Amino acid sequence: MSLDAVDTSRTQRTLTGTAQLLLALHLDGPLFIALCMVGAVGSIVLFSASGSSLDMLEAQLMRFGLGLIAMIMLAQVPPRIIRNAAPVAWVIGLLLLLAVMFQGDIAMGAQRWLDLGFVRFQPSEIMKLAVPLACAWFLHDRPLPPSLSTLLVLALGIGIPTLLIAEQPDLGTSLLVAAGGGMVVLLAGLQIKYILSVVGLLVPVAIGAWHFLLHDYQKQRVLTFLDPQNDPLGSGYHIIQSQIAIGSGGVFGKGYLNGSQAQLEFLPERSTDFIFAVIGEEWGLIGLVTVILLFMFVIGRALYLAATAHDTFSRLASGSLALTFCVYVFVNTGMVTGLLPVVGVPLPFVSYGGTAMVTLMAGFGILMSLCAKRKLVSR
Amino acid sequence: MPRSVRIKDHHAESQLFEQRAVIAAVLMVIAMGLVVSRLVWLQVVKYDYFAALSQGNRIRIEPIPPNRGLILDRNGLPLATNAPSYQLELTKEQVADVDATLNGIAEIGLIDQDNIPAIKRDLRGRRSFDAVPIKLQLTEIEVARFAARRHQFPGVEIRPRLTRYYPLAESSVHALGYVGAISEDDKKRLNMDDYAGTTLTGKNGVEYAYESQLHGRAGFQQLLVNAQGRSVERIGNEAAKLDRKEPVAGNDLFLTIDMRVQQAAEEALRGQRASAVAIDPSNGDIIAFVSTPAFDPNLFARGLTRPEYLALTEDPNRPMYDRVIRGVYPPGSTVKPMMAMAALEYGVVTPENSVFCRGAYRMPGVSRPWRDWKPGGHGTVDMRKAIATSCDVYFYDIANQMGVDRIHDYLAQFGMGSLTGIDIPGEKAGLLPSTDWKKKAFRRKEAQIWFPGDTISIGIGQGYMNATPLQLAHATATIAARGQRFKPRLVRAIRNVTTGQISELKPAQLPSPHVNDPAAWEVAVGGMFDVANAPYGTARGATANALYKIAGKSGTAQVFTVAANEKMRKAGDLAEHLRDHALFVAFAPVEAPRIAVAVVVENAPGGGSAFAAPIARRILDTYLLTPEQLAEQDAKRKPAPPVAAPRRGETE
Repeated sequence: MSLDAVDTSRTQRTLTGTAQLLLALHLDGPLFIALCMVGAVGSIVLFSASGSSLDMLEAQLMRFGLGLIAMIMLAQVPPRIIRNAAPVAWVIGLLLLLAVMFQGDIAMGAQRWLDLGFVRFQPSEIMKLAVPLACAWFLHDRPLPPSLSTLLVLALGIGIPTLLIAEQPDLGTSLLVAAGGGMVVLLAGLQIKYILSVVGLLVPVAIGAWHFLLHDYQKQRVLTFLDPQNDPLGSGYHIIQSQIAIGSGGVFGKGYLNGSQAQLEFLPERSTDFIFAVIGEEWGLIGLVTVILLFMFVIGRALYLAATAHDTFSRLASGSLALTFCVYVFVNTGMVTGLLPVVGVPLPFVSYGGTAMVTLMAGFGILMSLCAKRKLVSR
Repeated sequence: MPRSVRIKDHHAESQLFEQRAVIAAVLMVIAMGLVVSRLVWLQVVKYDYFAALSQGNRIRIEPIPPNRGLILDRNGLPLATNAPSYQLELTKEQVADVDATLNGIAEIGLIDQDNIPAIKRDLRGRRSFDAVPIKLQLTEIEVARFAARRHQFPGVEIRPRLTRYYPLAESSVHALGYVGAISEDDKKRLNMDDYAGTTLTGKNGVEYAYESQLHGRAGFQQLLVNAQGRSVERIGNEAAKLDRKEPVAGNDLFLTIDMRVQQAAEEALRGQRASAVAIDPSNGDIIAFVSTPAFDPNLFARGLTRPEYLALTEDPNRPMYDRVIRGVYPPGSTVKPMMAMAALEYGVVTPENSVFCRGAYRMPGVSRPWRDWKPGGHGTVDMRKAIATSCDVYFYDIANQMGVDRIHDYLAQFGMGSLTGIDIPGEKAGLLPSTDWKKKAFRRKEAQIWFPGDTISIGIGQGYMNATPLQLAHATATIAARGQRFKPRLVRAIRNVTTGQISELKPAQLPSPHVNDPAAWEVAVGGMFDVANAPYGTARGATANALYKIAGKSGTAQVFTVAANEKMRKAGDLAEHLRDHALFVAFAPVEAPRIAVAVVVENAPGGGSAFAAPIARRILDTYLLTPEQLAEQDAKRKPAPPVAAPRRGETE
């Protein structure tokens, strides 16, 4: 009994110690652990999806580590500073977007990269965070639900970067940027009548975008989404192959490293946008549902944290970051399973790719900073 | 309306946020529920469907084309082989600019500028990872020229392939046939499963008729492929177990043709529109099968350019036309031995019955005379002498006595007027007329009537009658073998390449012509012997003094009819295409024949005995004599006298 008590107390002490460390670092324990799990799962899957490439695994783990550092560092920044920095970040982001338009590097036919001499990065990634934060900053001392004039300013704040990014062209990122800002507005209590009228506006805007804004390959993606069999070796190929990969995985999957679709490169972009299909083929329905539940836990926990934040800015910004993450997951999984058209949105923490993962981790760092403060204060 | 000043209500805002967060959470659960239900649809409900698709995706079956069987002459000399050749192949996905590449290759002279549209059409129908041949059978110079500039053409490569090669080019092409690219029509006829990976198929002659023997069966190998269709070695960390079935090579064919004889005949006919065919009377084996002019079958295996094709099809001498089995000619006097036998069979005459020939035949009640080829006539002739001197009057008379239907019935037993059944396609049946035939052949009532005068021409192988050189050789072989008749054939044995086993094909015997008295054969044979040997024999100049005994019969087929009262003209007076055809049939040795031959020279500068007989003699000599004997005989012979221009209208 006493021995047990000692043991228990030691475990408790360790746990308490860890919890205190996390608390001291303003990190939310459950969210931190869940994110680490997602990162671990992602690395395991990526190893298979990359054709057992140790180089790619190493690069991905490095980025995850970099992301963790960014997250922990941002979690230390006081919310007030984040709030005041938000509009500055937005302006800098906009300038960089304009810079990229005129002198960016062209990779894969799209002008997204800006070379700063020591590092190449995509300014659109900054906007993924800057837009929702700036929106939350703009709303935080205005009465909510927002008035029409407020909404118009917000529409510009969201619309300009979105259009600039869509022009690069990078439909996926522009969608996420718009979603980030949009989520803030929705969480701020946008009235139902506005929601309905926006939906009403969306139809003519969609028609206009179809004719003037969308690039041919983007139009093709939409057309292909409507009827993938129409062009089985062209644009429909992605969707068909990813559905074959997922479907042939069945309930239990073909086993790690044994997905023929993925390993034999039938599956296009298997290590990036379509990595979800690799999970489906090798781990089956069980694997996919596990991953989805993990993601839902992350989103749910983030939303809970946002709801418990003590000021408007923190609530709106964190809520928006949580929901944008949800949009990420839904758009990617929907696209890979054939529910949504193919837009270039990676599966967070799993898809191979640098900037997106660091941005996401940074976002969670900001979220933890905004939401963890209250506990510290209440102590 | 006064503007109300709104104040921030933190509690209400917090509540509003919570409300929205709950809605968002619910929406998230719904969205994820959608995804999960989609996954259940894909992975549980449609699992079998997608599993099958994924399997089909992963393994590609690549055909391994079989080696086509060789064609050898009767002594094993190769006539059709498979030779490695280099071809230029283009893989679309590796070529940045197809147009520029093709133009560049045209500039260095490997392809024709005019062919580029056709090549592009071909490319369009292929998958991007297929290597598409754009030029077959490169010469060594072309290979070298391309190799030097290879770096300019990524995605274009020279690959070795096996292609059909005819080492003797034109020789015996009409018997062999040729191979060419598989056409849409071929696709309907062939079992395309066996032709996967094969580009050529038999188009004519033996290559066509024995396609099923020659082709063999395609093998296959399973390849693990990625989405680009490229072969890979493993799936994930598991090496694949892949099936492979070896192709079965096609069988080799031994022809009945003896190339020594064949080439001697080709040499003798060179420069003429002519044909010669030699048959072994004891089994129907075709020893030589010549139609001139000929063409090079290698062109077809390589793929003809359009000008080359037009040159072949528009040549007035029609090199592609197989005169042996498709040329139909009035047989002329070569039918006389058969006609004599028919007369004996029906008891119209006896061999000893003599006729006095004055040089013309008058039918009772008809004022118009039928001329003999020899204006003064032959005097008293019995049957044997009538054959030897080719006395037309004698045969006018017996034909008139028999009537056309009895002639038809008897000559049909020699294969006249029907297909001989040779083992290559395209044979024509010729025409053996009868009263029935005339009724069917003509529309107008008055044209359907058979006139007695029609029969008289038939007696000397003119009029409506015509036959192919093959039919004449076949009938001659039948006489030589004293009635034994065999289906002519070009293939005598088939060798299974895998086991090395040679299976001889059995000769196909046909029913013999009926004879009341077997001595009839000796009358016909005797008459033909005299043609070649008697002092009055029409062909003795060409056939006498052989080391073996020859029997033959000359013939001259009229192309241009001379009115009965018109003066005979000299051959030189007529346009070349109106000149008579010269025919000669022969067999040897007389007592135990080993070869029967028919020679037909279109629009010959001389008659049958003057022009065709020496060619027949050459063929017989080559087959029956050793090369040493042949050389000795050639040395002894005086230089050939200039061919005397025979008189026009002569039917020897």
